[in-house]
Amino acid sequence: MNAIECRDLTKAYQDFTLDHITFSLPAGCILGLVGENGAGKSTTLKLLMNAIPRDEGQISLLGTDNQSPAFLDTKQDIGIVLDEACFPEVITPKELGKIMSLTYRNWDSDRYRQYLDRFRIPEGKKFKEFSRGMKMKLAIAVALSHKARLLLLDEATSGLDPMVRDEILDVFNDFTREEDHTVVLSSHIVSDLEKICDYIAFLHHGRLVLFEEKDRLLEEYALVKLTREQLAELDPAAVAGQKVTPYGAQALVRRDRIPPHFVTEHTNLEDIILFLAQAGAAG
Amino acid sequence: MNILISNANDKPIYEQICTQIKNAVLAGELRPGDALPSIRSLAKDLRVSVITTKRAYDELEKDGYLYTVPGKGCYVAEKNTQLVREAYLTQIEEHMTKILSLAAACGLTADDLAEMLRLLAQNDP
Repeated sequence: MNAIECRDLTKAYQDFTLDHITFSLPAGCILGLVGENGAGKSTTLKLLMNAIPRDEGQISLLGTDNQSPAFLDTKQDIGIVLDEACFPEVITPKELGKIMSLTYRNWDSDRYRQYLDRFRIPEGKKFKEFSRGMKMKLAIAVALSHKARLLLLDEATSGLDPMVRDEILDVFNDFTREEDHTVVLSSHIVSDLEKICDYIAFLHHGRLVLFEEKDRLLEEYALVKLTREQLAELDPAAVAGQKVTPYGAQALVRRDRIPPHFVTEHTNLEDIILFLAQAGAAG
Repeated sequence: MNILISNANDKPIYEQICTQIKNAVLAGELRPGDALPSIRSLAKDLRVSVITTKRAYDELEKDGYLYTVPGKGCYVAEKNTQLVREAYLTQIEEHMTKILSLAAACGLTADDLAEMLRLLAQNDP
């Protein structure tokens, strides 16, 4: 089953258009949404939840159309974390747990307490006194404690230190041990996404440039260092992106389309995204 | 069983998993009938994609190293002697190709090599 089906999703603002986004994500996978600031990541996530009106397109989450009345029910199975955790300032995690138990049908207060423990969140401290990392962890604890099957996270790891980020990524990794648990997370920290994602979606100026299995991307592309003359001789279809300096050139190439005598280097997701973004900007 | 994934390695990750499980089977570290970790838990423990481990298992199943019991999991298949032989032959071939390129580099002919091999075989009862 696909956890997310999104077809021809379009949303036009005055100065920005999200242009016919189409993808489907199988259940049990982690999707990383990459893109520069203003590429349309948050807009996409909001549209997935039907939080803002769209101009065109169809979306279904966990098999339910998100504009149908039944979606209200499906929302119980979706956990959301936005880049700013918004809870009332004077509330404590303990009180928050009580409120959530009345909000969510499947609220699991034991699990909530376990997450508070695991994240070392003091139960009696007021929300306004929390650090950014703590606030984020609290929001994630809430999202994970009502037996959600789909997690949508918007920049949930940005602004956090590497240790906390790693801890949170571990939690997401564990979450998807269940076959029907799916995660979508947007981030511009590409190395985080490289660590845990199964699929990568790359948004650029409101268009979906890329939707691919992460490992396949890493297999398909390689980095070569070569002279400018060599670069000119390469099949243009093989070169996905290039950087030319007075002393030589670097190119992102498709591994199977270049002559075998070139020495290829293993590339990483960050390079692939950067090269593709540049090529996209030029083309 | 150890499975080490290297990012610096130019081999695709699914191939690295495949090779290491194969080696564990050939070395007898994994015995026929042993249960393998589920695709999902292996992926999560290795921190690689589920799709990748699935591909590795599919490959291993195709090559006859494991079999799947629907709803239960994956198990190491009965060791097929033909299969093992085939695997060793491939390895021997790989080594021989290396020998040939080394020999070419220092100007040895195939006859010289045959002589060397004969002498070595005599010393090694």
